[in-house]
Amino acid sequence: MGLIEARGLSRTFTVYKRSGRLNRTRTEVRAVHDLDLAIEPGEMVGYIGPNGAGKSTTIKMLTGILVPTGGHLRVAGVDPSRKRRALAHRIGVVFGQRTTLWWDLPLRDSFELLQKIYRVPSDRFRTNLAEFVELLDLGDLLDTPVRQLSLGQRMRGDITAALLHDPEILYLDEPTIGLDVISKGRLREFLRTLNAERGVTLLLTTHDLQDIEALCRRVIVIDHGTKVFDGALTELHRQGGSTRTLVVDLVDEAPPISVEGATARRVEGPRQWLSFPADASAAPLVAAVAAAYDVADLSIQEPDIEDVIRELYSRS
Amino acid sequence: MPLHVSIATRAFRRYSTYTAATLAGIFTNCVFGVIVCFVYTAVWDQSPRAGGYDVQDALTYAWLGQAMIMTVAVWGGGSPDDLAERIRSGDVALDFYRPVGILGWYVAADLGRATFHLLTRGIAPTIVGALLFDLRWPSGPITWLAVAASIPLAVLVSFSLRFLVAASGFWILDSQGTKVLAASAAVFFSGLTVPLVLFPGWLQDVAVLLPWATFLQVPADIWLGQRSGLEVLAGLGLQLFWAVALLAGCALVLRTAERKVVVQGG
Repeated sequence: MGLIEARGLSRTFTVYKRSGRLNRTRTEVRAVHDLDLAIEPGEMVGYIGPNGAGKSTTIKMLTGILVPTGGHLRVAGVDPSRKRRALAHRIGVVFGQRTTLWWDLPLRDSFELLQKIYRVPSDRFRTNLAEFVELLDLGDLLDTPVRQLSLGQRMRGDITAALLHDPEILYLDEPTIGLDVISKGRLREFLRTLNAERGVTLLLTTHDLQDIEALCRRVIVIDHGTKVFDGALTELHRQGGSTRTLVVDLVDEAPPISVEGATARRVEGPRQWLSFPADASAAPLVAAVAAAYDVADLSIQEPDIEDVIRELYSRS
Repeated sequence: MPLHVSIATRAFRRYSTYTAATLAGIFTNCVFGVIVCFVYTAVWDQSPRAGGYDVQDALTYAWLGQAMIMTVAVWGGGSPDDLAERIRSGDVALDFYRPVGILGWYVAADLGRATFHLLTRGIAPTIVGALLFDLRWPSGPITWLAVAASIPLAVLVSFSLRFLVAASGFWILDSQGTKVLAASAAVFFSGLTVPLVLFPGWLQDVAVLLPWATFLQVPADIWLGQRSGLEVLAGLGLQLFWAVALLAGCALVLRTAERKVVVQGG
């Protein structure tokens, strides 16, 4: 049985709009519609979609703080909204734009309160805290009040806070939002370690597709509350018709290169951009180009997942 | 240490980090204490038994008022302000998902805060007042005990009112306006500016039964010996009644709010 199982999961909101002086019209907004999900323990799944697609609504239902209006939902074998308190011991949640830490207190105090809230045994708490402090480099920050932390530091604190009680599932809602490149890289490295060593199941919503590229083999794409894709990242590329680009620097300017399996998309002096299918190997192409032309340099650009998803959106 | 004690200690520590603010606050309380004393001296010179107080009672009342301002947070504030902020920002959704009751959490935090304010902004101005004026003290250990019971009850009643104001944010999003309104009512009906015993006839009859009367008038009357014997118990009973009734109200409002957030979706 899957760790997260949803069948026909739906959530509608009733929105009242003013129409005229006293009248209000009632509209039903379908935030999530007929969603099927099956996530196995130990998976790292990217959950992506444009703003308002229903990502956060889904996460809220999975954590039990929002009741579905339809469908069947089980997380770790229980109905989240009915067993919210019990489930809270088994899941961790990180919202990139929210914090669970106490503003005026040193980080350490927040952690100690969480230990009491989740009744984490002292030795387990000490081991966990030591490990996360080490991995996330929080040592010097433990006695700093949260309000004095930078965004990246606070995010590391929030992630530690979400993990101290050994959750089986970690939901991350935009965890890298607002972080600089180095912080993002470190955070991804940490999440990978967490998944590999502790087997924590990760469900990650993000706008930063590099997060997905770096972490998730499986991607679920949602738009207008409906699932439009669920599968491997490579499959997403194939379905979205995504292409890789071979950038060729020739010794001299030349007319557009023509080789089998690729098309010249752009020519700028001696530099040319050749597109070829993402699932094809670059090796024969490179060989063919090198055999026919005087090549000064070569590089390959990986497909832009945003284009792929845009393509999926436009089709759905 | 049990969770709620930890919460209270941390709230205490949180306020104790602002030393300068605390000292400035104590100074302000002392200045206002002196000003109010001058006003009361003038009033009781004119009518020496006004409201059943003599001038010594009145001056003591002035300093007790200063001591209770921050302890019961007459002007609003304390842990309900955190709730208001979390409602405004939406962070409150995270509170619902924690495996711990929200109301108990905020009660513990506010009691921690009140303890800090009592020990600093309560006791320090009272000592200063006692050095400057001839104040009346509780007449014996039983009276001291009754005062000691009365203060936490006053904090609980005021907490509940502040919590209800903050929780109004679940429906009107920004509880700032309600807070200002509630603070004006609290300042007037607590007897902070004019003791309730000076209120005219029917207004006094009503005001002494309202929850705000438990902030200052009830503890002060126990302290001054204006209430004795069964009257002390009646005073504590009134506080207990409002504390229980209003906390029950808080729990009910919170349940409704939770339903709104969880079922209707905010």
